[in-house]
Amino acid sequence: MSAVVATGVGRVFGPAGGAGGTVALSDVDLTVAAGELVSLIGPSGCGKSTLLRLVADLDTPTSGSLTVFGKTPARARADQDYGIAFQQAGLLPWRSVQANVELPLQLHGASRAERAARAAELLALVGLTDFAGHRPDQLSGGMQQRVAIARALARWPRLLLMDEPFGALDEMTRERLQDELLKIRAETGAAVVFVTHSIPEAVYLSDRVVVMTPRPGRVVADLEIALGSPAERAARGIALREDPAFFERVSTVREALHAGEAGLPARDRGAAGAPDRAGR
Amino acid sequence: MSRPTSRALPRGVPAGLAGVLALAAAWEAYKALLPDDGWVLGDTRILPRTTDVAMPHLWDMVARAAEPLTSAADAEPLWLATLRGAGSTLGVAAVGWLTGVTVGLLVAVLMARFLPARAGLLPWVVLSQTVPLIAIAPLVKRWGSRLEIGALDWQDWMSVAVIASYLAFFPVAVGALRGFTSPDHASTDVHLELFRAYGVGWWATFWRLRVPASVPFLLPALRLAAANAVVGTVVAEVSTGLRGGLGRMIVEFGASASADPAKQWSPIAGAALVGLAATGVVALLGAGLRRYQTGEEAR
Repeated sequence: MSAVVATGVGRVFGPAGGAGGTVALSDVDLTVAAGELVSLIGPSGCGKSTLLRLVADLDTPTSGSLTVFGKTPARARADQDYGIAFQQAGLLPWRSVQANVELPLQLHGASRAERAARAAELLALVGLTDFAGHRPDQLSGGMQQRVAIARALARWPRLLLMDEPFGALDEMTRERLQDELLKIRAETGAAVVFVTHSIPEAVYLSDRVVVMTPRPGRVVADLEIALGSPAERAARGIALREDPAFFERVSTVREALHAGEAGLPARDRGAAGAPDRAGR
Repeated sequence: MSRPTSRALPRGVPAGLAGVLALAAAWEAYKALLPDDGWVLGDTRILPRTTDVAMPHLWDMVARAAEPLTSAADAEPLWLATLRGAGSTLGVAAVGWLTGVTVGLLVAVLMARFLPARAGLLPWVVLSQTVPLIAIAPLVKRWGSRLEIGALDWQDWMSVAVIASYLAFFPVAVGALRGFTSPDHASTDVHLELFRAYGVGWWATFWRLRVPASVPFLLPALRLAAANAVVGTVVAEVSTGLRGGLGRMIVEFGASASADPAKQWSPIAGAALVGLAATGVVALLGAGLRRYQTGEEAR
């Protein structure tokens, strides 16, 4: 079953009915398969964060239909089908690193022992075992973000929603966390919707890159990346970042972005030289 | 990073002592430099008299405190009577503080939970503090004396505690409301969105997010409430005539001030001690809650 299916989704802010309102999203179709990593990329105001918030049921579409694992987003949220991470780590400053990771488990009534075991597992996954007892303000921005990702994974979500999670980090930290995300992705098999405005980041991480443009926010291209499985990509690391095939995908995404900005028709789906997705 | 309480305490002690010494020096300097009659402009006295009746020397006050309370043979020393009175006042103020804090927190929770309650209650909370304490104290005493709650026999000191709580609840209600709603105001914070994403209800969000986030706002409110409770207790002791506390002592000793001017300064100093003790207890509470004090203050 698809993780996310959006059909003709729109979101208008302001007066109901749309007259005089601000159109944040218009007629968006998007499908994210189970286990797939899809990036939403575009300039500010293109509605990529709005789309993510609709999927998370932090906001409600004004038109179209949206399902998450075949349910309404509200149902999926109540069932805790997704984990979420924002640009700010948003750790609770009065809790230790471990207690922060345990928060979603605690809120849903897991026992102390269960929580501790799961937190230990997750902190090992993000390489922060030694920092379990630290307070968030003792950690660097990158480490805080890793705690936030561990927290998002706490309840074994099948879908991970990430809103520019590495946006506030320096380039080196950013690339290291991208590698970690690929590794985590390979280990958990969760689908990921990843909002970013970095083209190389989108290409490096994604199975597919969805290009959006503003005024009104809409999808102008849906590009297959096909640089190997997440595990393969994580293993290649820097070699992949310097691979001509990588640069070719970056150029394709960039052209789609600029074409979208200029209002030109974007190139077709699968235009990044990957096999056609029509059979999916 | 903020560790205010841990470092402020040792650093605050010498500063506090210096403040007390400066005050003592100012008192004696004023007394030494200005004429006995103060400073009179026309018919209006601008600055107070400096006679030994109006402003006894500090050492006279200390010496008086060491002497017996009255000329009776079995009278205890004044300082002991003052401490006894301070203990009584502190006890009543503590009951008033606890009651006020409880009521203040309940009102704040109500206002945080229900927006109509906030709109309806907040003006009344503010209005409540404009009622003069002197006016309501005798009323509370009279109402209290008519109360019969099961086996509870209403005592006069309970009326005093109620009046103290009336002053104490206000800063707590306002501070706690501000604290509980602080996650709503922090526009860059993602905490409320996270809790919504976790699909938990208002009360879980309240306990795990709003209550811990309120601590930096709550502690100053609790300290203010402690000071208010002490003032309220002393004033209510005066206006209800409750025996045993400092308020009554100040009034009684003040009546005989022309004959024994240094005597009334003992209970006045006692009231300051009670205030210090009350705010000290809150400071200890703050030290226990230190890990909740980052967030707001660190920014």
